[in-house]
Amino acid sequence: MKKILILSTAVLGLAGVAAQAESVTVLSWGGAYEKSQVEAYNKPFTEATGIDVNMQAADNPGTPIKAQVEANNVSIDVADVEKSDAVRLCDEGLLEPIDPDTDLAAAPDGTPASQDFIDGALTDCAVANIVWSTVMAYNTDKVDGTPTTIADFFDTKKFPGKRGLRKSAKATMEMALMADGVPSADVYKVLSTPEGVDRAFKKLDTVKDDIVWWDAGAQPPQLLADGEVVMTTAYNGRIFNAQVAEDQPFKIVWDGQVLDFDLFVIPKGAPHMKEAKEYLKFATSTQQLADQAKWISYGPARKSSAPLVGLYQDGKTEMGPEMPTAEANMQNALVNDFEFWADHDTELSERFNAWLAG
Amino acid sequence: MPDLTNADNDEGFVVFDRVQKSYDGETLVVKDLNLSIGKGEFVTMLGPSGSGKTTCLMMLAGFEMATHGEIRLDGENINNVPPHKRGIGMVFQNYALFPHMTVGENLAFPLNVRGMGKDERETKVKRALDMVQMGDFINRRPAQLSGGQQQRIALARALVFDPKLVLMDEPLGALDKQLREHMQFEIKHLHESLGITVVYVTHDQGEALTMSDRVAVFDDGRIQQLAPPDELYERPQNSFVAQFIGENNKLPGTVESLNGDTCTVRLETGEIIDATAVNIREAGQKTLVSIRPERVEFKPDMMPEGAHTISAEVLEVIYMGDIFRTRMRVAGSEEFVMKSRNTLDQVRLKPGETLKIGWHPQDARALEPM
Amino acid sequence: MTDVTTELRTADGKSLKAALAASQVRAKRRAFFLVAPLLLFILVTFVVPIGQMLKQSVYNDAFSSTAPALDKWFQANPLGTPLDEGAYAALASDLKLMKENRTQGQAGTRINYDVAGTRSLFTSTARKINRLEPPWKEAILGVNEGWSDPNLWRAMRSASSPYTIDFYLAAMDHTRDKDNNIVPVNPNRAIYGKLFGRTAMLSIIITVLCMILAFPIAHLLATLPLAKSNLLMIFVLLPFWTSLLVRTTSWMVLLQQQGVLNDLLVWIGIINNGQRLEMMYNKTGTIIAMTHILLPFMVLPLYSVMRTIPPSYVRAARSLGATSWTAFRKIYLPQTLPGIGAGSLLVFILSVGYYITPALVGGADGQLISNMIAFHMQNSLNWSLAAALASLLLGGVVVLYWLYDRLVGIDNMKLG
Ligand SMILES: Nc1ncnc2c1ncn2[C@@H]1O[C@H](COP(=O)(O)OP(=O)(O)OP(=O)(O)O)[C@@H](O)[C@H]1O
Ligand SMILES: [Mg+2]
Repeated sequence: MKKILILSTAVLGLAGVAAQAESVTVLSWGGAYEKSQVEAYNKPFTEATGIDVNMQAADNPGTPIKAQVEANNVSIDVADVEKSDAVRLCDEGLLEPIDPDTDLAAAPDGTPASQDFIDGALTDCAVANIVWSTVMAYNTDKVDGTPTTIADFFDTKKFPGKRGLRKSAKATMEMALMADGVPSADVYKVLSTPEGVDRAFKKLDTVKDDIVWWDAGAQPPQLLADGEVVMTTAYNGRIFNAQVAEDQPFKIVWDGQVLDFDLFVIPKGAPHMKEAKEYLKFATSTQQLADQAKWISYGPARKSSAPLVGLYQDGKTEMGPEMPTAEANMQNALVNDFEFWADHDTELSERFNAWLAG
Repeated sequence: MPDLTNADNDEGFVVFDRVQKSYDGETLVVKDLNLSIGKGEFVTMLGPSGSGKTTCLMMLAGFEMATHGEIRLDGENINNVPPHKRGIGMVFQNYALFPHMTVGENLAFPLNVRGMGKDERETKVKRALDMVQMGDFINRRPAQLSGGQQQRIALARALVFDPKLVLMDEPLGALDKQLREHMQFEIKHLHESLGITVVYVTHDQGEALTMSDRVAVFDDGRIQQLAPPDELYERPQNSFVAQFIGENNKLPGTVESLNGDTCTVRLETGEIIDATAVNIREAGQKTLVSIRPERVEFKPDMMPEGAHTISAEVLEVIYMGDIFRTRMRVAGSEEFVMKSRNTLDQVRLKPGETLKIGWHPQDARALEPM
Repeated sequence: MTDVTTELRTADGKSLKAALAASQVRAKRRAFFLVAPLLLFILVTFVVPIGQMLKQSVYNDAFSSTAPALDKWFQANPLGTPLDEGAYAALASDLKLMKENRTQGQAGTRINYDVAGTRSLFTSTARKINRLEPPWKEAILGVNEGWSDPNLWRAMRSASSPYTIDFYLAAMDHTRDKDNNIVPVNPNRAIYGKLFGRTAMLSIIITVLCMILAFPIAHLLATLPLAKSNLLMIFVLLPFWTSLLVRTTSWMVLLQQQGVLNDLLVWIGIINNGQRLEMMYNKTGTIIAMTHILLPFMVLPLYSVMRTIPPSYVRAARSLGATSWTAFRKIYLPQTLPGIGAGSLLVFILSVGYYITPALVGGADGQLISNMIAFHMQNSLNWSLAAALASLLLGGVVVLYWLYDRLVGIDNMKLG
């Protein structure tokens, strides 16, 4: 009897502790990117507030939100999503609105957040933390010569070997058009027409038999390292990480890169709403965004963070030139048009899938 | 019927010539088997479980290779002939009727694989089914038949292609007593009317005795005795056979004197009795005297000529319907059994009674102990 | 014969039937409580979700629930009515409502499934709707000319009822034109028919491969002495015990172009370095990997059937004059049919629905219909289409099951 009493008290006590302990669940993309967030946001956040951060990884953190909110069973407090997902989920009313001037921290010099974030980094329900890009990269050991443009990616005569591409219409179609000579400013205009879509697929047809498709961001560096492909599209941060941390003989070609934001969102009905907002405010502050660049080569979404970007964690690599937003890297770059994709994702994905299966 | 008793002399129809068999390379399951079976003979292999009967049958059928020695069928060495070319019919203990075929298809199977034409096939199947009185069941599946009916079909199937030799491995093992006895009769009848050679395996001695021309008693991978049933029962050649076939009383003792076919034995309690010498080599050796319970008498007027009496104490009387089975203490043994017929005038013995019992010296067989 | 009709009674005169029922009530209740947890589990995890899926495939209220005014206008005016001011007024009123409830994205997404490129019409027009004034037709067309597309109005009309078979049409590569006629989609978007076909084809190949590989293994398992067959059984079950990721990684190591198998072939000299085989990220990869995963599902039912076939059947056949091949074909094989049937049905149904493996090793041409369902569940979030595809798949499997029952008989199936 006594034993049972002690036991049940202990259980009750534990339950009490669990209920009191503050924690927020953040769903992100895993890998080096997640590590950079843990180092730059989570650790200092827990130190400053005592709130634990429970970091989880998904192939696409935008995916589970719809299901969770509609099922009224939300377990995620904060998710790190792509812009098209952020906009669409917001439009569908699945996200908590975010007011930049009350919910986000001002810059150190007092500039309000709404002024300090770069264009397109703020939406009604989301706040960007980084700018990343889909770039082409190659293995210098496996490629004869030096590819310099996105057109070289589609030129298997000049640079023979397999290519890695993300199994998705997004960015793939744009890169195909740019490789076919469409200037980055006109890409979405061309892609809005049936002829433009045909043109992109025609370009993709030229390499179809040489493509190894990837899904998760961790795959392309692995494919490059294994020699399964000689060139691949990839998230620039993943390639940087492989270059610096694993000493892989990889090189990024910035020409034809497709820039995109990663944004934090809070799903409607997040279980720890207060902590989630606190986390959001903290993580997107000027210093934290600048610190993140110490861990990964994604550019900060705040103007005030840029001057604070310094050396990589190894203490010798200058991070400035590794940012997708660096002047030199922006020569022929395309900013992903979320509106376009919100309208045409279904149609193009269907066609893309049909093309894949054909 | 051919002269069966000395079939060993000529080359038989089926011959095991110094056959040995080992499964594991360490122990011999069949040790030096020599057996000759005449054409048209019904020979039964009888023996305790694990004595190697099935193994012998399987070697004959071609499913096991003899490790040493030769097996001949009709004068021809068949050691290397595959089973389907031996032309031997076989009835298995579980009948092995093909469950996915009807009775008719089962019977037609051996004819089909021999490429027989449809008409001939049908007549043969019909005849075989009629032979076992199962003509009406041609379209049934085996699962829709009783055990006894399945048994008949299995029999018909083994016979339908007119094999020279039929092997049966405990074919009646799964049937109840009455049906078994009925089938024994039918099999025997078929054997006689068809004139086929049958090698039959059983461990039911009653079955062996009623059906066979000769019985081979197996033990420990050897034939202990090969003889017609009556001889086997009445003149067992060693104590194993005596023990295995029917009930037996055994009195241990020492041979006093040996005199051709007869001898005198001193029992352990000191009595001296006369006995028939079966496999006694010399005076002074140990022996077991075996006496059948039904050859023991206790009423002085019924005692056979020259009978030998000895005192006994009744321990237990069991009423068994047709007989009384009386267990008594005789010459130190408490397991001595006497069987007396339940006749109108039979004296009823009571436990504790002492009396004199006796038997004819010919019925006391002095055997070498195992 | 009056006795036949009079009811039988127990000793104390009660009706026998009633007495029997009463005596069984307790046993029945106990039996029910024993199966209740399973029943509940099946209900919650199987019956309800499948019911929901079926509903979702014909029911989508994303637009109908957000556009009451348009619904009313469509009810009052049949297809073909010119788009007058009333229609645009209804649209404006609904857009205002959408803006208020933040449902313009949801509504736009629903219409966008039908007519591509229309989602931004809803979001951009809703953004400005509060600044617009009547007349609505002019005002709205002023914001975006796209609103005058008759096909868009046809789509809105059909979406204004939550019940629709359009997702099934889409799942069968069909759509509607502006006059509501069912027409095939543009061939370069037709994908599901092809994928259903490929799924069936690959599943058949996988099933046949499993059968060919499993038969000898199962036979060996059934005939070997226990100690050895247990060891072999462990090998057969090994795939069950390894995590999918470990297995996928090992397939990659083995099968990729720079992998062990290709290295070996090059080293032996069967192929030269330029001709390395592609056994991964295509159909071949899917077939190899799925055959590996599903093999136990074929081996186990086969094994359980073969174990019950006594060796005496084949022996009997041999003694009756059959060669070993005839005995196998005519006697052994037919008796393993229930196992083959059960195993094949199991493997086929499982492979039809498998999606993780093809997603990981299938590349582009090794994708199956289930990958498309997953795509619509997770990426495009078009759950109704996913549900329609899944329902078609389910229907196919049910038809197959029914055929099997008709041809072989379900009670002839032996799973182990
Ligand atoms: N396939 C085999 N492998 C190894 N040993 C075997 C095999 N078959 C039989 N044996 C062994 O050989 C011996 C003789 O077996 P067999 O089956 O011939 O006996 P049996 O006289 O037919 O017995 P039963 O009356 O029980 O059928 C037994 O000890 C048995 O364990
Ligand atoms: Mg046996």
